[in-house]
Amino acid sequence: MTEVNSALGHHFTDLAQQREANTLGMWAFLATEVLFFGGLFAAYLVYRSAYPEVFAAGSEHLKMALGAINTGVLLTSSLTVALAVHAATQRARNRLLLFMALTVVLGLLFLGIKGFEYYQEYQENLVPTINFTWEGNNASQAMLFFVLYFFMTLLHALHMIIGISVLLVMIFWAWRGWYEEDDMPVERFGLYWHFVDIVWVFLFPLLYLIGR
Amino acid sequence: MAVTTPTLHLRESYLGISHTAKSWLLTTDHKRIGLLYFVTITLFFFIGGVAATMMRLELLTPAGDLLLAEGYNKLFTMHGTIMVWFFLVPSIPTTLGNFLVPLMLGARDMAFPRLNLASWYVLIFGSLFSVGSLVVGGVDTGWTFYTPYSTTYSNSYVIAMAVGIMITGFSSIFTAINIIITTHKLRAPGLTWFRLPLFIWSLYATSLIIVLATPVLAVTLLLVAAERTLGIGIFDPALGGDPLLFQHLFWFYSHPAVYIMILPGMGVVSELITCFARKPPFGYKFIAFSSLAIAIFGFLVWGHHMFVSGQSVYAGLVFSLLSFMVAIPSAIKVFNWTATLHKGSISWQTPMLYALGFIGLFTIGGLTGLFVATLPIDVQVHDTYFVVAHFHYIMVGGMVMAYLGGIHFWWPKITGRLYPEGWGKAAAILIFIGFNFTFFPQFLLGYNGMPRRIHEYPPEYQVLNVFSTAGASILAAGYLLPLFYLAWSTRYGEIAGDNPWGATGLEWQTSSPPPKENFVEVPVVHNDPYRYELTGEIDPHATVTVDDLRKSHPPNIPTHHATAHKEGRDD
Repeated sequence: MTEVNSALGHHFTDLAQQREANTLGMWAFLATEVLFFGGLFAAYLVYRSAYPEVFAAGSEHLKMALGAINTGVLLTSSLTVALAVHAATQRARNRLLLFMALTVVLGLLFLGIKGFEYYQEYQENLVPTINFTWEGNNASQAMLFFVLYFFMTLLHALHMIIGISVLLVMIFWAWRGWYEEDDMPVERFGLYWHFVDIVWVFLFPLLYLIGR
Repeated sequence: MAVTTPTLHLRESYLGISHTAKSWLLTTDHKRIGLLYFVTITLFFFIGGVAATMMRLELLTPAGDLLLAEGYNKLFTMHGTIMVWFFLVPSIPTTLGNFLVPLMLGARDMAFPRLNLASWYVLIFGSLFSVGSLVVGGVDTGWTFYTPYSTTYSNSYVIAMAVGIMITGFSSIFTAINIIITTHKLRAPGLTWFRLPLFIWSLYATSLIIVLATPVLAVTLLLVAAERTLGIGIFDPALGGDPLLFQHLFWFYSHPAVYIMILPGMGVVSELITCFARKPPFGYKFIAFSSLAIAIFGFLVWGHHMFVSGQSVYAGLVFSLLSFMVAIPSAIKVFNWTATLHKGSISWQTPMLYALGFIGLFTIGGLTGLFVATLPIDVQVHDTYFVVAHFHYIMVGGMVMAYLGGIHFWWPKITGRLYPEGWGKAAAILIFIGFNFTFFPQFLLGYNGMPRRIHEYPPEYQVLNVFSTAGASILAAGYLLPLFYLAWSTRYGEIAGDNPWGATGLEWQTSSPPPKENFVEVPVVHNDPYRYELTGEIDPHATVTVDDLRKSHPPNIPTHHATAHKEGRDD
């Protein structure tokens, strides 16, 4: 396994070919991810159009202010990732480390706020199967809204956790100066991070802003 | 062409460079990974086959004398899940695909060798869940997991099975990403898109489907498992859920999956027909683009599985029309293969027998597909043996025939040795006869109203069922034969030489078995892969070596030396 440490895999003719292949691989993976979330969005749209009033009522129990703050946090993290990619192309190691670290901080901040929201929802008895009480009719339909809310946001949070974990490893590599030889891994990470952001950009209005 | 005594350069080949278990289990060589998959899915094929044998035995008599209803339900679920997700979906892409894609592209490996190895481990990991659920008691939902039965009422191990299949899906996705990226980025110099073998086109189309459809199945099965574990009502009408949504999501994957299971077979047949008719393909671009057309249409027809589900009549009409449109690219392929055969100089070796069998059986399966795409006929034959016969003509008569044909065709390249031709032909003919005896009576049974998935039946159906079971025993014998003679040939088979079929594809222009790096020198491609001339019958014993090929086709294989390859590394 000698090729692990050298930048060029034995099966590529040159670095340009390797870069293009790796980047296209990330795009293909993101196409898979779009369809993965797509199944859930389809389910959401079916039930939202079947039970519009109950979904609007459920939506009002979500913490819109926290969701809006989180949207801002996540979009800012997309900015820091973009700046990290730029720093990597300029071989500016300190700036790269700074913006990667900022991204980790913003990602963790997002997860913290999200966790605080979950805690509040738990206290308000809005978590299906753990504790769920719904005042009013159509309790099972309201539960569907919260099932989808938790399923979609937890799956999104899982993607955030994976992204932050990868980024922590990458910070170590950046500190060792690996991306001065080949900066494309930073860009590919950026593609993933932006994708996770975009998912949230759809989740926020669909879940928090119904009927507002 | 000079006839030289072939020698087997095993020690320099990918097979001979090391023999330890570690060198196989941690290999990133696409050829070795292909063989890991080959062993694995062969095992699954026979597990699924045992379940089918038990079912056919039960159906020998009208009464439920061998099995109770519950046991029968578990057997057909086991047969369906194992055959679909652990044999048919991975079959050609992971074995022949892994082995051949880099060779056909003139590349040294897949784009992501470690991801490739990971995909095999993910398959094994997923199979632990699925096989585990079978071992502890089985699943009785059928391979389709229809809700709310699967989520609420079934008392079987649905969660483990669903999770196993979800995990296995990621294995398919990894393989598909590898095939797509390798095709885009690792083609040899001069290998343009329209010089690609048709096998590559079909695997590329297959991989697009896998990448776009499989994640939907993953999230659907995740929802089923969550609903069953947590008691939430996503698909449960009693809790406000919609069971039809499950069917939509399931078939959004599982109908395209039908094309995942047949397109690679079409690619293999395109290679076999051209080689054994000694003719370039008739209408190369039509065959190539029809693969993409099938991939695209395949995403738009899932509703034809739901004609009797209560979906809107207008949806049914549109899905019916779109389903008819799939027949167009499929027929283009059949017509073009037939036109390729026309006035060819045809040899009747084993792979060709499988290819011809494929064309006939796929045509029957495809035409009966038009029956079931027609709304009123589908309402009549829905959930009968007619449907069972239809899709077995595609999946078994089509894909398994193509798979076996491909295994025989590339066996000399994979192992360096020939399979015994007499045994090969005998098995191919047995399989063809056994297959038709097994499944043609099922068209008649279904047309006469025998429902599928029931272990008992009225006595008037018995004659045809006896036919079917008798055919299944012939089929089983046909499937067992290659297991033995192929294993025998790895040690005692005649040494094949580099190109026993005189084929013109890039994969035949390296030694058999190939060296670890596939090509000693990076090939430069100046021509399309089908440069066949009507030279009479193929003689696999008149061995052609790579050097002979270079002499006989000098303009086709100029190579630039490996030093030029190294220079490229400096930039």
